[in-house]
Amino acid sequence: MQYLWRTPGSRIAPEEASPIGPPPLEIRGLTVAYHRRPVLWNIDYAAPPGGLIAVVGPNGAGKSTLIKACLGLVPRVSGTVEVFGRPIAKQRRLIGYVPQRESVDWDFPVSALDVVAMGRYGKIGWFRPVTRAHKEAALHALERVGMADFARRQIGQLSGGQQQRVFLARALAQEAQLYFMDEPFAGVDAATERAVLQVLRDLDAAGRTVICVHHDLQTVSDYFDHALLLNTRVVAQGPVSRVMTPDLLSRTYGGRPMPAPAAAEAS
Amino acid sequence: MIDPMFEEALRVLTFQSGFNSAVVVAGTAALGLAGGTVGTFLLLRRRALVSDALSHATLPGIAVAFLVGAALGLPERSLPLLLAGAVVSGVVGLLTVQALSRFTRLTEDSAIGAVLSVFFGLGVVLLSVIQNLELGGQAGLKTFILGQTAAMAQGEAIAIGLLAAGAALAVALLFKELRVLAFDPGFAAVQGWPVGALDLVLMGLATLVTVIGLQTVGLILVVALLIIPPAAARFWTDRLPALTVAAAVIGALSGWLGATLSALLPKLPAGAVIVLVAGGFFLLSFLFAPARGLLAAALRQGRLRLTFAERRALTDLLDGQPVEGSVALWLRLRGFTRGNSVLTPAGQTAARAAARDRRLWERFLADYPALLPAHANWGVDPIDSVLPGDMVRLLEERSASS
Amino acid sequence: MMPDVQEFLQIDAPALLAAVLACAACALVGNFLVLRRQGMMGDAVSHAILPGIVGGFLVAGTRETLPMMLGALAAAALAGLLIEAVRRLGRLESGAAMGVVFTVMFAAGVVMIEQASAGGIDLDADCVLYGQLETILWLAPKGWESLGDPAVWAALPREVLTLAAVFALCVALVGLFYKELKITTFDPALASTLGIPAGLFHYGVVLLVAATAIAAFEAVGSILVIAMLIAPPAAARLLTDRLAAQILLSVALGVLAALAGYGAAAFGPMLLGASHSLNAAGMIAVASGLILAVAVLFGPRHGLLGRRRAVGRLRAAPGFVAPEAQKP
Repeated sequence: MQYLWRTPGSRIAPEEASPIGPPPLEIRGLTVAYHRRPVLWNIDYAAPPGGLIAVVGPNGAGKSTLIKACLGLVPRVSGTVEVFGRPIAKQRRLIGYVPQRESVDWDFPVSALDVVAMGRYGKIGWFRPVTRAHKEAALHALERVGMADFARRQIGQLSGGQQQRVFLARALAQEAQLYFMDEPFAGVDAATERAVLQVLRDLDAAGRTVICVHHDLQTVSDYFDHALLLNTRVVAQGPVSRVMTPDLLSRTYGGRPMPAPAAAEAS
Repeated sequence: MIDPMFEEALRVLTFQSGFNSAVVVAGTAALGLAGGTVGTFLLLRRRALVSDALSHATLPGIAVAFLVGAALGLPERSLPLLLAGAVVSGVVGLLTVQALSRFTRLTEDSAIGAVLSVFFGLGVVLLSVIQNLELGGQAGLKTFILGQTAAMAQGEAIAIGLLAAGAALAVALLFKELRVLAFDPGFAAVQGWPVGALDLVLMGLATLVTVIGLQTVGLILVVALLIIPPAAARFWTDRLPALTVAAAVIGALSGWLGATLSALLPKLPAGAVIVLVAGGFFLLSFLFAPARGLLAAALRQGRLRLTFAERRALTDLLDGQPVEGSVALWLRLRGFTRGNSVLTPAGQTAARAAARDRRLWERFLADYPALLPAHANWGVDPIDSVLPGDMVRLLEERSASS
Repeated sequence: MMPDVQEFLQIDAPALLAAVLACAACALVGNFLVLRRQGMMGDAVSHAILPGIVGGFLVAGTRETLPMMLGALAAAALAGLLIEAVRRLGRLESGAAMGVVFTVMFAAGVVMIEQASAGGIDLDADCVLYGQLETILWLAPKGWESLGDPAVWAALPREVLTLAAVFALCVALVGLFYKELKITTFDPALASTLGIPAGLFHYGVVLLVAATAIAAFEAVGSILVIAMLIAPPAAARLLTDRLAAQILLSVALGVLAALAGYGAAAFGPMLLGASHSLNAAGMIAVASGLILAVAVLFGPRHGLLGRRRAVGRLRAAPGFVAPEAQKP
């Protein structure tokens, strides 16, 4: 796989990705509260090794907060998060992150290639400049998402879907074992949706674990292997065939009747 | 030594120390009141620092007005003319900030910084022109930069007090409109409110407060009158009417105490002292206000973490899982465990209560998620203290049957 | 009546050097303030250092530079921490947090100056605001030929040497941490997940701004510092879409503003027949403002007039159908 090109100093130990080792992500007793109101309550979850995992739940269920709490970006009231058996601060090299598109200033004076190269900064280390090899790796990542022609373009001049693909390429350039993605399919065109899906499948084939916040219930079963149904607490978890049932979904979405398939497609 | 001083202080504070100083103190208090009320809406509209650009931008106008006055042959520096110049160039500065942040890719902070420094630089250049021309009365110009209450004539103090009271009154009259503007300008526009005009009114009031504050606190610090009182008041309340009143009170108190201190003690420039008094109110509010103060928030957060850690540890022990670290020590201190993490009778009771709370909250969360918003402390406090008794009984039945 | 060479070298050259170095250093670090939407941090820091300067002066009892600079740096660090504390713990927007902290600290400095002046000490809030560019003298050179003598260069005024050192420090730090500055500015969350401490870099930028402002304030005053931190990077931001180009361009524009502003202040009135010069720091600030205005109006892609031209070209392009023409 070309995009999984690896620097000699890359510190991914093979045994850490093996299926018999500790799970890629293990959350125990995680509670997050804004002021005194819990946003996530007593979350216990262990992600299966490898595979594509969808985090599904209604608005305000704490899906993005779950990812941010796992990454240490929001303070926790209680609980622990471990990645491959160790605290996240010690495993940063193994983690990739695709934030929501609105989280950055797209007017920023950097090109698409610059942004993708940022994914490699953790590997490059302090004081060392971005070398040609790193730029080539970044370009490969852009090729994987069909954006190589736009490498020199300032990011603000890209369409929403193209920006999403740049973010995805950046995650690829990180060469992580475990990926967190916050709504990678939100508000993108059909071409980008196919590109994102292809990247997810490639990652899956390469044995990586991908945890995606996903809001389109219609596609969960097609795109993902596992699902985590979340509404402030874990409602259900497991293979999509087992948890994407009307009963569990209606419990996740607050007991209200599920949106009819036709209505959901129109929205 | 202390007593005469104290009596003097009491006299100034209660406006009995000569008419002139009473007028100055009252005028300054009115200025603080106006700053607090107008500033509340600037703060909520996230425009606090725009007033900094405004106040710095008044300097070239003051200098030009002075030159115009000299050219017209006015004998003394004429305050109304200078303040008119201040208004004109302040408004030009304000409009430049808005144009830069609306029509270019520059963000508002850059626009403010650029306008503030460039206009002030222009003012400094014009001041050096005036200095070279050796005109009379120019010494007074520098008091606009750092302010000076001692220079305030009685008539000026009365005018400042009246204008400030007018600004506060305008806010009171437009309260409903300004509230919708500050909360959701998009919604206000859709509802047919003249958002642009309201914004202009708000910035006009800010200009008024700034210009009448120039003489007292100076153009560098006048922004403090608009920012600090509402920022301090913010820690005490989440309700807008209370916030406005609290900001007005803090602003008025700062002006009153600051002007008094400055009149009593030597070498205390009024503008700086007023700002320091306001800063003192801010610090007290920041640390000790019960609603959003630092101490209260830290205590709440700490208790929350401790409660969760304690309950989790207790239920873990009940399930036969070991508990380690500082939580184990805490449980022993509370008398819930002894020896090698063995639950005491009190610990057993607490652990069962914690397990029951968790089970019932889980049930509540599963069965009635739509009811959550009504209970701000759900999942945190014991369930019996948040939910009504019949609801708890219902949950118990359901969790027993499932 | 232009000044003779010796007068130029002794009076104007050191002032020009100081102004150019101050402007270049400020413009360089200012890029990161502008991109982080913290333009007002320069304003806040350069006001908040006043009590530190006075404190250092009172403690040391002399007008030595070092204690004042140390005091100022301490005050700047305190201001940075306080602003962040008020913003995060107090949940106030950053503009209000800055407004509270810097006005209180500046007011404390003003009171300290007044109290100190009771003891017959002369320190003036004015010199902090406007600087004393005109008082920097370089007595060593006697003419162009004396510039070949190393001893002449060794006798450069202290202000110029300090500014040169700070400029070198800025270049070195920005060069060393270029990619970290870039990522913590663009996407602090990603930086954190990669193990690059975004919070530390925030304080690093604030401290670098403070060091630059402190070195510069004595020569050019805090107002010019604020102008130089923002106007050249803001102008460069409108002229290019590449970070490295923006940084280089902003330094060039800062130097241009220094030369043009100083020239206008020192020689402009003479050309008009007046005998006095104008305040140079203020004039440089005005020059930077004019440069920004030009960039706003005529910038090729983001300038207001440039944008209109681009729309005009689009309309003139073959095959373009105006929206109003499409209506039946």
